[in-house]
Amino acid sequence: MPAVSHRLPWFPGAILLALVVTAIVAPYLAPHSPTDGDITRKLIPPIWTERGDWEHPLGTDRFGRDVLSRIIYGSRISLAVSLVAIFVAGTLGTLVGLVSGYRGGFADAFLMRLTDIGLSLPIILIAVVMVAVSEPSFRNVILVIALLLWPRFARQIRGETLAIKEQDFVALAVVAGRSSAWIIRRHIFPNVMPTLLVITTLQVGFVILLEGTLSFLGVGVPPPNPAWGLMIADGRGFLATAWWISLFPGLAMLLTVLAVNLMGDWLRDHLDPKLRQVGGRAEVLEAPTTAAVGRGPGEAPAHGRAAAGAAVDGN
Amino acid sequence: MARYLIGRLAQTLLSMLVVVSIVFVLTRLSGNPVLLLLDVNATQRDQEILTHHLGLDKPLPVQYVIYVANIVVGDFGNSIISRRPVVEHIWERVPATVELGFVAMFLSVLIGVPLGMYSAVRRGGMMDSGARVFAVLGQSMPAFWLGLMLILFFGVVLGVLPAGGRGTVWHLILPAFTLGYFTSAAILRLTRSAMLEVLGSDYIKFARLKGLHEQVVLWKHGLRNALLPVVTFAVLLFVQFLGGAVVTETVFAWPGLGRLILESITTRDYPIVQAGVLVLSALYLTGNLCVDLLYSYLNPKIRHAGR
Repeated sequence: MPAVSHRLPWFPGAILLALVVTAIVAPYLAPHSPTDGDITRKLIPPIWTERGDWEHPLGTDRFGRDVLSRIIYGSRISLAVSLVAIFVAGTLGTLVGLVSGYRGGFADAFLMRLTDIGLSLPIILIAVVMVAVSEPSFRNVILVIALLLWPRFARQIRGETLAIKEQDFVALAVVAGRSSAWIIRRHIFPNVMPTLLVITTLQVGFVILLEGTLSFLGVGVPPPNPAWGLMIADGRGFLATAWWISLFPGLAMLLTVLAVNLMGDWLRDHLDPKLRQVGGRAEVLEAPTTAAVGRGPGEAPAHGRAAAGAAVDGN
Repeated sequence: MARYLIGRLAQTLLSMLVVVSIVFVLTRLSGNPVLLLLDVNATQRDQEILTHHLGLDKPLPVQYVIYVANIVVGDFGNSIISRRPVVEHIWERVPATVELGFVAMFLSVLIGVPLGMYSAVRRGGMMDSGARVFAVLGQSMPAFWLGLMLILFFGVVLGVLPAGGRGTVWHLILPAFTLGYFTSAAILRLTRSAMLEVLGSDYIKFARLKGLHEQVVLWKHGLRNALLPVVTFAVLLFVQFLGGAVVTETVFAWPGLGRLILESITTRDYPIVQAGVLVLSALYLTGNLCVDLLYSYLNPKIRHAGR
């Protein structure tokens, strides 16, 4: 492990800030409309090429739509879809995790079996079929992603809850006659917040990639919305003649996910020393060697599935 | 151990049942297949006959039971478009998917293991930082975009590799790399950490004290001991490639199962979609099960639990 710096990392920080600002002020920033093109000005290459035009810095696509403007507006879609999907999945997962961890017993056994099953599904495959069959739309993309994502939250939050439950202040609250709901709200939830923040950040990148994949395959955000995945798919037929249509939205996506992932790694290292060992992406990457660390008998294999799910994320 | 084994087996079966149910619900939600099958001029009577023939006039729970029972005996029905048994369509495509997955696994081990070893040996050096960048990029890059850029560079600009389709060994390189990049990054990190652990051990120090050649120490004493987790992981990867095949196969026009599923979604040939998803999911779940069992067998903590 390299030495951990305590300053906020400037590179991902700057990119994320730029991204959020771009998404917010998109209408003022974009030189053209993202959806209306001028067909007489189609397939113009970027400015630094011979036929380039200052009017369209990153060129235009086959309908004459400005690639730069579409990328700028596309940031809204990527951010909105991933944030809403993660919010829904995070809320559901956290709720399940809290109840499961705090209650124990039958509820715990039932909810955790459900979580195990959720974690074991081939996410991309199921997502493709779910959205395809239910007509591509923003709502469906978000719902499907959220539905497939919540178990990741549930498992980690449950683990965290189990640990916090054993603390003295919880026991005191019980003795003082506080209700379970009160204890969960006032004692457990605030203490799982750091973990929740880390998981959330680590999932944002994955969700952006998943949304991009679905849109690319034609079962995600419907056209003519300027989703990055859709733009990349648009340029597929023009790779030989108009490479810029696919190249730039992909770069935007790569930078965004890269920044989010680096930020997630940094947060994990700072907010949650435990996750460094057994959770998050570190678990995935340094899997089998760290698998046994800090896990009781019978728990380690769950990690195999976590690795499975995460490795698939990349495809 | 036995208890764990049975529990894990039951869970896999349950997961499979969930997949089966999801697919059932989705295909029933997706509109009336009768209208898809018949042309516009079909009469009311035609519709009724076909509905009855397909068993769609029965209550939903009954349909579900029939559906599951058919799957258990391996009967997936006929394709709506070609009228041939779905099983035939699936079998035609399985070899291509398995081939691609196998080569991708091989490639990611081939890239990941040596790079990981080197960054462990030269810890903190140029190679190590390079490998880190390689790994981080691999996690952040959309696979479909990487595939297109590879086609652009090697297929269009350089013109040295075919842009798609299946045939020669050359056709395999780009899709296998696209599929294997992310995982080679994972293998790299894994090899690195395993290797670092092994290199710090006493027997490596002893081998060096004995005056063995450094290469012998690294490859024979070091790698051999570090390789176990890597190999287990590689098996797991192969399975995941099957699940992730949809994207890569689409980009490279690779005639595998994933592409079949996507094509069938476009043509609304739902029997094929159902069967394809079930087969891929079954492969995926079985693979995960095998790896879990292997892990638990290799990990004494679990092997002896419950004795």
